[in-house]
Amino acid sequence: MHSPILGPSLYTVKAVLILDNDGDRLYAKYYGDGYPSVKEQKALEKNIFNKTHRTDSEIALLEGLTVVYKSNIDLFFYVIGSSHENELMLMAVLNCLFDSLSQMLRKNVERRALLENMEGLFLAVDEIVDGGVILESDPQQVVHRVALRGDDVPLTEQTVTQVLQSAKEQIKWSLLR
Amino acid sequence: MIKKFDKKDEESGSGSNPFQHLEKSAVLQEARIFNETPINPRRCLHILTKIIYLLNQGEHFGTTEATEAFFAMTRLFQSNDQTLRRMCYLTIKEMANISEDVIIVTSSLTKDMTGKEDVYRGPAIRALCRITDSTMLQAIERYMKQAIVDKVPSVSSSALVSSLHMVKRSYDVVKRWVNEAQEAASSDNIMVQYHALGLLYHLRKNDRLAVTKMLNKFTKSGLKSPFAYCMLIRIASKLLDETEGGHDSPLFDFIESCLRNKNEMVVYEAASAIVHMPNCTARELAPAVSVLQLFCSSPKAALRYAAVRTLNKVAMKHPSAVTACNLDLENLITDSNRSIATLAITTLLKTGSESSVDRLMKQISSFVSEISDEFKVVVVQAISSLCQKYPRKHSVMMNFLSNMLRDDGGFEYKRAIVDCIISIIEENPESKETGLAHLCEFIEDCEHTVLATKILHLLGKEGPRTPQPSKYIRFIFNRVVLESEAVRAAAVSALAKFGAQNDDLLPSVLVLMQRCMMDSDDEVRDRATFYMNVLQQKQKALNAAYIFNGLSVSIPGLEKSLHQYTLEPSEKPFDMKSVPLATAPITEHKTGTTTCCRLICTGKLPEKLAPSRQDIYQEQLAAIPEFQALGPLFKSSEQVQLTEAETEYVVRCIKHTFARHMVFQFDCTNTLNDQLLQKVVVQMEPSESYEVTNYIPATSLPYSQPGSCYTLVQLPDDDPTAVSCTFSCTMKYLVKDCDPNTGEPDDDGYDDEYVLEDLEVTVADHIQKVLKANFGAAWEEVGDEFEKEETFALASVQTLDEAVGNIISFLGMQPCERSDKVPENKNSHVLFLAGVFRGCHDVLVRARLALADGVTMQVTVRSSEETVVDVILASVG
Repeated sequence: MHSPILGPSLYTVKAVLILDNDGDRLYAKYYGDGYPSVKEQKALEKNIFNKTHRTDSEIALLEGLTVVYKSNIDLFFYVIGSSHENELMLMAVLNCLFDSLSQMLRKNVERRALLENMEGLFLAVDEIVDGGVILESDPQQVVHRVALRGDDVPLTEQTVTQVLQSAKEQIKWSLLR
Repeated sequence: MIKKFDKKDEESGSGSNPFQHLEKSAVLQEARIFNETPINPRRCLHILTKIIYLLNQGEHFGTTEATEAFFAMTRLFQSNDQTLRRMCYLTIKEMANISEDVIIVTSSLTKDMTGKEDVYRGPAIRALCRITDSTMLQAIERYMKQAIVDKVPSVSSSALVSSLHMVKRSYDVVKRWVNEAQEAASSDNIMVQYHALGLLYHLRKNDRLAVTKMLNKFTKSGLKSPFAYCMLIRIASKLLDETEGGHDSPLFDFIESCLRNKNEMVVYEAASAIVHMPNCTARELAPAVSVLQLFCSSPKAALRYAAVRTLNKVAMKHPSAVTACNLDLENLITDSNRSIATLAITTLLKTGSESSVDRLMKQISSFVSEISDEFKVVVVQAISSLCQKYPRKHSVMMNFLSNMLRDDGGFEYKRAIVDCIISIIEENPESKETGLAHLCEFIEDCEHTVLATKILHLLGKEGPRTPQPSKYIRFIFNRVVLESEAVRAAAVSALAKFGAQNDDLLPSVLVLMQRCMMDSDDEVRDRATFYMNVLQQKQKALNAAYIFNGLSVSIPGLEKSLHQYTLEPSEKPFDMKSVPLATAPITEHKTGTTTCCRLICTGKLPEKLAPSRQDIYQEQLAAIPEFQALGPLFKSSEQVQLTEAETEYVVRCIKHTFARHMVFQFDCTNTLNDQLLQKVVVQMEPSESYEVTNYIPATSLPYSQPGSCYTLVQLPDDDPTAVSCTFSCTMKYLVKDCDPNTGEPDDDGYDDEYVLEDLEVTVADHIQKVLKANFGAAWEEVGDEFEKEETFALASVQTLDEAVGNIISFLGMQPCERSDKVPENKNSHVLFLAGVFRGCHDVLVRARLALADGVTMQVTVRSSEETVVDVILASVG
């Protein structure tokens, strides 16, 4: 108690959450073993949502955790850290997550667009935080590394070269087998 | 879970969730197309996304089904689709703990991490390290070393962070990568720099010298990354804290220089580090406080929050340092973020003047219902400290607190309020009745057993002494009728105290007791029967011993003694005096919260049931055969430092007092990593007729592993008044030089010795503190058979406070009835002290102090044994 300063450590983030405007989980990633069971996690999410969804005030202290958050249309983004953590570091993570998604979804950060690009979200969070350590805080870098293909070519419109390519591969693998 | 999702969607009509109606079994069924050739990247990607989505929603996957899906997924490595490959990495990480045989993908991942595609390399490293254990790690060590120094930042960062995760599991392997990490630390990329610094610190954190060197290097060369700066500040402040170095050290200068960094994150980290340093002077705090003041007007809520939260911490210790920010804080009171507003108000309450209290309280009550419990507790704490500062404001506070007590709230919050009210009652006698009335109202509808029992105990203690004790009886008896067993039992004890103190209430209390004897619970019945019988005797001494002051033994000690007694049946009745006494808790004046109430009530809280420090010592000493015949441990002193800080050997002594002996426990630490000490004893030369009878050496004392040796001393039998003695101490030992790295000692060594500081035994070592909740009753109980009185002049002491402090620390007795607190502007004071002298003789001391050119003190001592009285008077003189 007497020395509330954290031991120097890179483990900054305890959880990254995205909830919809009913408070239901769209995405949740917990780091470390603070909330091991799904039940405890859901209880925390409920508590956080109840305390934050009405106010647009960016930061709160709950259950001994610092929660920084941001809402956009029908989405709520949360980054959670220890109450002794540097709040601005958590904020950097939140901003990076939001800005990366905003670029990937072409400024269209809302529930529907996000659900259509879940793989992009999964990959982006994976590039921003790794096991609780901040991996990258620059949204440009994150978007670059996720390197999601631009427009997907629908299956029916595969070009001849692509068909040939896949045929080649098929032959190659059958030979290797 | 998913079903709930669907329902919501239908209701809102959006219906756009492509993951609705997801069934785990159906998704796993779909996963079979992973085996189709050619691979259809688009569909496979979609299925992998579904699997990860399900895992993310908390869906449980069985080992078999997970393994099956995992093995099907491994086939997707044949596709060259970038996103699909990346999703495979994610699936591997997510499934690493659920699926079996995940190491099957090791070679694919190794190929990717060393391949040409930069997009794959970083994530492949992270996935690989997630599934690699220490034995496998050796195999990829070469690649990891290369990856750490790779010129692509994402690869280098991934390798560094993965290494950091693995330090816990495979320290020995990862520590070989220090040179590579060192190289990475000078990278141009800010994140690589940060991760390298973090890894280097974790590898070196047990080697203070290496950490110091590293700090020196980086603070001089300067870093680019704000994250790395924050890390450096934390390392520096930890080092400052450990070395207890003065604030003139270069480390402090470095932290201070960070206050001028251009990144807010770094500036805040530095300010926060300075604020949290122990013993910071106002001058050192000033620059930190002024940057925090600037942050208060930032447009960013997080920054304002961080600043005001840190200022709030400063205000606890140095309220005057924050007064300069009062204007900025006033502006934050109306902040739309309630957390910021609350912190601003509580900070102002600590720094502001008495006149602003009413206004602030009004403002806070306007939104107290909107803030979280955590902040409500902060508010209550602020009020509590305010009451100590401005006792005259207690009526405003009490009103506010009682309103808060009526609102909904969790246990921690209610407990904070109750503690606060209790402390107000104890500080201000005139607020006692209103306070008790609020608490009575609260227990009428209180779901927390701990709080109800605590309040009942307080009512029992304070209620009988109020002008109208009868009005509390109703509240207490209501509890007996309505509550759970624990509360009923506490209520019975409280009733008994009313009966014992107020003769006119006694008949009615007896009637109520009679009813309690019909209770359905054993404990309640037992208590009622017991108190009934005691009360019917109508003897003051009995009341004092069994109702007011209770047992003063250590509970774990009592349990152990009783167990021992049942194991060895004997004709003798069980002797209460053979049980070690409970150590009275050290009173914390600064918190000002209750002491006596805490002592009794916290005993019921599960976390406090852990054995006390003395019980632990008792256990440790009893394990040594030489000390088994000494009887129960009577008292253990605080640690005494026998060496200067920062010397070759660190020796601390704890004095354990037994009925006829003393055991000196020397906790020694060897701080030289090239020496192994063996057969360590501390030789003691007494100045008085004390006799050293036995030495128990510490057999071996390797570098930085503390060990204990003991010295047994017999107390003089013939002269019971010889209570103080000075020992000169010398540590003797056999030194063997050893290799600093392996700890392997040479075969032969040589004898050496080391002179320690003298050790004093004083009268306080022979007296155990015992709290008498009702001193008057105890005073009568002991009686005046051996009463002695003497008057002393304390010429060197200037204030009553100082005199009281000196007497308490000299005699080592427990102040009762809060008499250790001298009211302001008084010229006289009475101090009540209680204790038990070695050999289980109660001692009570009443010291009347008068202030006039120094302090005059009239000491009256009562005890059940005459020599004890003599000893105390002799030692005071």
